[in-house]
Formats: sequence, structure tokens, C-alpha cells
Amino acid sequence: MTLLSIDWFFIIEKVLLISVVLVLSLVVAMYSTWGERKVAAWIQDRLGPNRAGPMGLLQPLADGGKLFFKEEIIPTNANKFLFILGPSIAMMVACMTSAVIPWGDTLVIAGHPVSLQVADVNIGVLFIFGVVSMGVYGIMIGGWASNNKYSLMASVRAASQIISYELPMGLALIALLMLTGTLSLKEIVEQQRHGLWNVVYQPLGFFIFLICAFAECNRTPFDLPEAENELNGGYHLEYSSMKLGFFLFAEYINMFISSALIATMYFGGYAFPYMDSLGLNPNMVTILGFLALFLKTLFFIFFFMWVRWTIPRFRYDQLMRLGWKVLIPLALANMLITGAVILARQH
Amino acid sequence: MQALTNRAKAVDRSPMTFMEKMYIPAIAKGMGITFKHIFKRKATVSFPEQKRDFSPVFRGLHVLNRDEEGRERCTACGLCAVACPAEAITMEAAERKPGEENLYREEKYAAKYEINMLRCIFCGFCEEACPKDAIYMSETFAPSNYERKGFIYGKDDLLIPDPKEQGK
Repeated sequence: MTLLSIDWFFIIEKVLLISVVLVLSLVVAMYSTWGERKVAAWIQDRLGPNRAGPMGLLQPLADGGKLFFKEEIIPTNANKFLFILGPSIAMMVACMTSAVIPWGDTLVIAGHPVSLQVADVNIGVLFIFGVVSMGVYGIMIGGWASNNKYSLMASVRAASQIISYELPMGLALIALLMLTGTLSLKEIVEQQRHGLWNVVYQPLGFFIFLICAFAECNRTPFDLPEAENELNGGYHLEYSSMKLGFFLFAEYINMFISSALIATMYFGGYAFPYMDSLGLNPNMVTILGFLALFLKTLFFIFFFMWVRWTIPRFRYDQLMRLGWKVLIPLALANMLITGAVILARQH
Repeated sequence: MQALTNRAKAVDRSPMTFMEKMYIPAIAKGMGITFKHIFKRKATVSFPEQKRDFSPVFRGLHVLNRDEEGRERCTACGLCAVACPAEAITMEAAERKPGEENLYREEKYAAKYEINMLRCIFCGFCEEACPKDAIYMSETFAPSNYERKGFIYGKDDLLIPDPKEQGK
């Protein structure tokens, strides 16, 4: 269908795909809040939310409704524009990363191949890194615009933490990229589809990446930027109503995206064992692949929660020591060993 | 010196070994413990549907007692109000008129008897102070309410139903 020399089918396909991915990540984030409370409760021998709807399934709606109807407070001396910009950036950045993740192989609908990836950018990994590092601006701007010294201190804390942990994360990824030889996430998955999962070749790299993902998402044991009970709240100290909701929600979207990313890069993405020898309809295999990726992602979201309710928070100097003195040297060593092995195998 | 219990443990101040410094085994162990707790029996009692049994000496809401003929036992002597450490009880006495012998046991009775359940600390001193066995504490507790007024219990709320009328 080509009109005015524009492929309308392509545009409709992408718009639909974008909406579906966006809705999916929002719904998953919404139900992560429910899941978080349930997991926390189970780990602490409690029942968790069970009043709103069956098993408390309507709880996220009630929470969201509550946040919407709360009074909107903007401090008198706050920079109003930046105050609103902060949570907007946090939310926008969190939603942007899902664009390059391959949610599945191609579906064939009415003769048209439809790739279940919004954009197969050949620099997918770089795109994610660029976008994720923008997330720190949301925190920084939000904390600064509040005109509150505690918010500012918390946002400085957050910024230095995120920047410190981005280094070992990048270094761990470089080893992976040396192995796969591509920056496209789709190709990384395709390689794992026909071989072993990358976690087999890069166990240490995966481990470093996982730890850094915790730090990047501000999740316990690295949730110093928030530190609800110890440090007088965090960068969102002055926020109320849905602006606070956006900050909190962005965290859950980030958690979903990083889980999907870990699953994609180290655990085969939409590939699952024996997927090419099942002899099923290719469309069926694609749908099963999407479900496989979704299950892997849910497992990592559960893992994030499991860790949160097990490990206490780091002290700030311990956090910095772990980042700079342990993870970066480890990531460098991992890179060196990977490079040496690749070189040795070429000769 | 003989230790009181033999459970005292000397603090181990030796430097941590490499495995301990890694924290990973300890974290894995901790996560194992938390994972086991997911499947354990929950301690929660889902209150309105499920109620926990009280102990036999539980002191709940007060009741004003009647005698076998359904006459109020309270003579408004005020001993419960004096005994009350929270000063939750107030009452007004009145004299029994001729013809009211079937309502009140003695010549004096409580025309008004109020307990403020927000002040009450459920200590049971009123029950102990009463010389006429008129006030007792039951096994129910005050239900929630939207207003403070609702927690001031008058005679209508406190008096137990008349045994004669209940028979009908």
C-alpha cells in the first residue's frame, strides 16, 4: 500500500508496534508495583495486598488513582519549569529504551513480514546507553529544581552513583561486544539462537552487568538516592501527586527494561532451546519466542525484588569502593581475558 | 567467675577471609533463606473474615448487668468512676419512683451511665471495684467509628438485654 510515495503499511505497523510496546511496559511496570508488594509480603511471611479485587489485582489502579487525586504541591521558591521537567525526563527516558529491544522474531501477517522490534538500529546497545545516561538528568534536574538542600544532596548522590556504575557496566558490555562483534541487539539474539547463550561465555561479565543494573535502577542494595528511611527521602523529597508517581513509576519501567535487556543480551532473548527443531508454524514459533522472552524478563524482575527484600542498603563509601575498586578492575580483567581468548582462537 | 548461662560467645575479630570479603556466599545464603520464607505459613490473620481467639481473661467492651428478674443492678454508687484511672466513666444517679421496682433493683439507680471508649484503657478496675456485680467486661472490643461521639457508650449500648423480654 503506497500512497504519496509513503509506505502506509509500514507506518501503521510501526505505530501499532510502538503503542503495544509502550502499553506493555506500562502495564508490566504497574503490575511490578503489585508484584513488589506481594513478594515483599511473602518473604516477610505476610499476605500482601488482597483487598482490592481478587488477590489484590486492582491495587495498582487504586494506588494510581490515589496519586492522581493527591494535592499538587510546587514549593514557592522552586524553579517551576525544571520542577516539572525532572519527572517528565525520567518518564520519557524510561519509555524510550524499549524501542530497540527485539521482542520477538518476525511475524508474517497477510504476506507482510512484521518484525517485533520497533527499530533494529545497528547501534542498539549504544542507543540504550545514551538514553539510560540521560535518565540521570531527570533526577539531577528534579533534585536541583526543588530548592531543597536535601533533595540536591540526594540528587548529587544519585548522579555520582549512576555515573560510577555506568563505567563497569560499559566495560562488561565491551567484552560481550568483542565476543559477538555487533552492536545490534537483534543480531546478538540471532547468534544466541544458533549457539549457546552468552552467559555461558561471559559469566563474570553477566554478573558485573547485573550488579550495575541494580545500581542504575536505584534498587536495593544501591537505593541510596532514595533511602526512604535513613536519609530523609531522596531527590523526590518535594514532589507530590503524579509527579512523584512518575519518578517512582519510571523506576519500575527501568527495572522492566533492564530485565528485558539482561535477558536479551545474556540469556538468549526470544530464543529458547530447540526452537528451530519443533517443526511449528514460524508465526507460532515467534509467539512462543516472545513468551520465552517475557518469562525470562519476569524472572529477572522477580530477582530484582528478591534481592531487594534480602540485602540491606550499602553505606555510601562501601558503594563507591565496590564500584571503583572492585567492579571496574574486575570488568577490565574480564575484558582482557576475553580479548586474549578471542586472539588465541584466531591463531 | 562462673558464667550465668553458657551461651556467651567470644566476638571473632580475626580479619575476614577472601571468601567472606566477597560477600557472594553470604548473599546467596541469605537469598536462600528469604526464598524459603515465600512458601512458609503466613502469620497474617485476615481480620474481618477470620478472627483470632481471645484468652479467657480478655477484657473487652463493658456490659451493665441485670439480675435474674431483669432489674438493673447498678446503684450509681460511683465506685467504678473513682477506680477508673483514665476517668472514662461518668454517671448521674436518680431515685427509684414507686412502681419502678421491676426496673431497678435498689432505691437508687443510674439515670445516665456513660463510658468513653477512647479514654478507657480496659484495665478492668471498674469490674473489680463494683460492689453490686453490675459492670463486667465482655469478650468483644469497640468497633471502629467515624466520629468521636460514637465512642461514648451510653446505657443503651452497655446494658445487656432483659432476660425476661428475651424469653418472649
